[in-house]
Amino acid sequence: MKVSLFITCLCDVMASDVGKDTVEILERFGCEVDFPESQTCCGQPAYNSGYVTKAKESMKQMMKAFKESEYVVSPSGSCVAMLHEYAHLFKDDSEWREVAQELADKSYELTQFLVDVLGVEDVGATFPGKVTYHRSCHMTRLLGVTEAPFKLLKNVKGLELIDLPLCEDCCGFGGTFAVKHSSISEQMVKEKTEHVVETGADYVIGGDMGCLMNIGGRLSRDDRQVTALHITKILNSH
Amino acid sequence: MGIKIGNAPFRDRVQEGIENDFMRGAVSSAQGRFRSGRLKAAEELGDWEDWRTLGEEIRSHTLQNLDFYLEQLSEQVSKRGGKVFFAQTAEEANEYIQNVVKKKEAKKIVKSKSMVTEEIGLNETLERAGAEVVETDLGEWILQMDEDPPSHIVTPALHKNKEQIRETFASKKGYKNSDLPEELATFAREQLRKEFLSADVGITGCNFAVAESGAVTFVTNEGNARLVTALPETQISVMGMERLVPTWEELDVMVSLLTRAAVGQKLTSYVTSITGTKQEDEVDGPEDYHLVIVDNGRSRILGTEFQSALHCIRCAACINVCPVYRHVGGHSYGSVYPGPIGAVLTPLLDGYEDHKDLPYASTLCAACTEACPVKIPLHEHLVRHREIIVEKEKKSPKSERMMMDGFAKWGSHPAAYKLSTKMARKALKPWTKDDVIQDGPGPLKGWTDVRDFPAPSEQTFRAWFKTRQKGGRS
Repeated sequence: MKVSLFITCLCDVMASDVGKDTVEILERFGCEVDFPESQTCCGQPAYNSGYVTKAKESMKQMMKAFKESEYVVSPSGSCVAMLHEYAHLFKDDSEWREVAQELADKSYELTQFLVDVLGVEDVGATFPGKVTYHRSCHMTRLLGVTEAPFKLLKNVKGLELIDLPLCEDCCGFGGTFAVKHSSISEQMVKEKTEHVVETGADYVIGGDMGCLMNIGGRLSRDDRQVTALHITKILNSH
Repeated sequence: MGIKIGNAPFRDRVQEGIENDFMRGAVSSAQGRFRSGRLKAAEELGDWEDWRTLGEEIRSHTLQNLDFYLEQLSEQVSKRGGKVFFAQTAEEANEYIQNVVKKKEAKKIVKSKSMVTEEIGLNETLERAGAEVVETDLGEWILQMDEDPPSHIVTPALHKNKEQIRETFASKKGYKNSDLPEELATFAREQLRKEFLSADVGITGCNFAVAESGAVTFVTNEGNARLVTALPETQISVMGMERLVPTWEELDVMVSLLTRAAVGQKLTSYVTSITGTKQEDEVDGPEDYHLVIVDNGRSRILGTEFQSALHCIRCAACINVCPVYRHVGGHSYGSVYPGPIGAVLTPLLDGYEDHKDLPYASTLCAACTEACPVKIPLHEHLVRHREIIVEKEKKSPKSERMMMDGFAKWGSHPAAYKLSTKMARKALKPWTKDDVIQDGPGPLKGWTDVRDFPAPSEQTFRAWFKTRQKGGRS
């Protein structure tokens, strides 16, 4: 199966290991992974800030980059949710309408792709440690991926999963919100990290780098002994 | 007071909210109760999603045929001896109500809880005209004594605790007992009973008006709307022009959704209806009944992409799940309508000038959209507001516009994009210590003020992918 990796701008620059793990996991299950070089950003930072026209410039570049792909898989629920939104955003644009719909239809978040498309629930990973899981808002509410990460984590050997209190609350990332309204964002991430610490877990894991940078950044600022990890790290541990 | 509460800049209001530890404790525990109550009530009902769909369809159908149903409602109320007044603006509504009160030479008016009368600032108008207005919803009564605006649309005094309430009762009404809720409630009941009995006019809001019969319906737990409507001979109901249902059948569905979504109850203790004046064959009922239907900006929303915002049934489920509201509280929004629905509705009713910060007071986490019993896509409306603020109103900061110009070029030119990703680590090096940035430059400052920022990876992913051997790590 041919799979094109959409790395996301955050993982490309800030967390290249997430991309490496994603490639290795996909290859382990027989996928032929390519990386369209002309991919950029899904456009979400501009779109969510109200700059829809500007965002569309980036979106068009993304549609061009993945035009030939069979499947597009990404280690981010939020960015894939954005790709899905293209279908709606370009529905009145005769030039882009079809390609936008195609991209939306063939794009998957990694855990969603593993479970729903490849039918894999046990990736054969081993990760001894106590972890708690942050269910990111866009992955769960916009993309609707709620079960896949848990199905995969359940089968990781040695892993003890502890429920995160108030897991439904946003961590306070919200893209530019984290910078624009840092005082509100601070209160949100403070509460989130307090709940993380409360679980007694060694790691907080998630499927969106933005949330993880936010939660991890606050844990680090407060000298907490909990590490924020992307779920790909767990799924690619042996 | 009107829809806008307070003149302090948004940031100052937020800061004040964040520093109010007591309010935040009260809000988070109330959110906990409301959230679990709503989920439990939804579960008991079973097919909650089907109910939401039905709720959305009823609201959408009603709004699409609003002119028809408003006319029907108006005819029915008139047929039953009521007078109907369509007020285009808050001023028109206030003037009409004031005239009714003056004509009756009313000295005392009792009111049940009503958000639309908060929105139009009715109490101030009536007080200026010399009438005494008494709020009879317990929360509203407390706030009225303290001259404090509501911070929540269902539980308006959410930000106050029993000690504060005891103090208010003591200083304003000579209360001498403890802060035990039972004692406080007994005192309130005694005080309010006197007010009900001596009032000349009763003013109510409206949860839903039933178009087919002209019945204006209120749901309460305290029963105060029942006393407001049962005692004074002159009655005035004030409703937003969208707050109606076609028939009793739809009322049943909407009340079921409202009480469950709001407080997790199957039904409130009281559901009260008032239908015109006392008829010849009836033993009681008002001698004089007025229904004031308020537009105040609503008709401008009809037919726009924001029409579904008018589906709102004021249950506050969106407020109860909002993580931003949780930390800043209701007054931070600077509107009688706080939380996600407030951030959507306030700029629509009162313009962007005073409320342009509200659509940005959200992480777009969509908890609101998920909770809404009538499926208003609240987070999408917030993005639409942002789009209008940026692209139509041109009210976004210049620095942000420049940054977004840069973003568009970056995102649409792969070569420039690639180069910048390669340079990121180097560019941030002066601020990086032990692979962490704690005091970032420019836009990064907002981030590093409250949390660390990691140093970019040593090698970008794309650089790694290009040189790797297939199946190997490097």
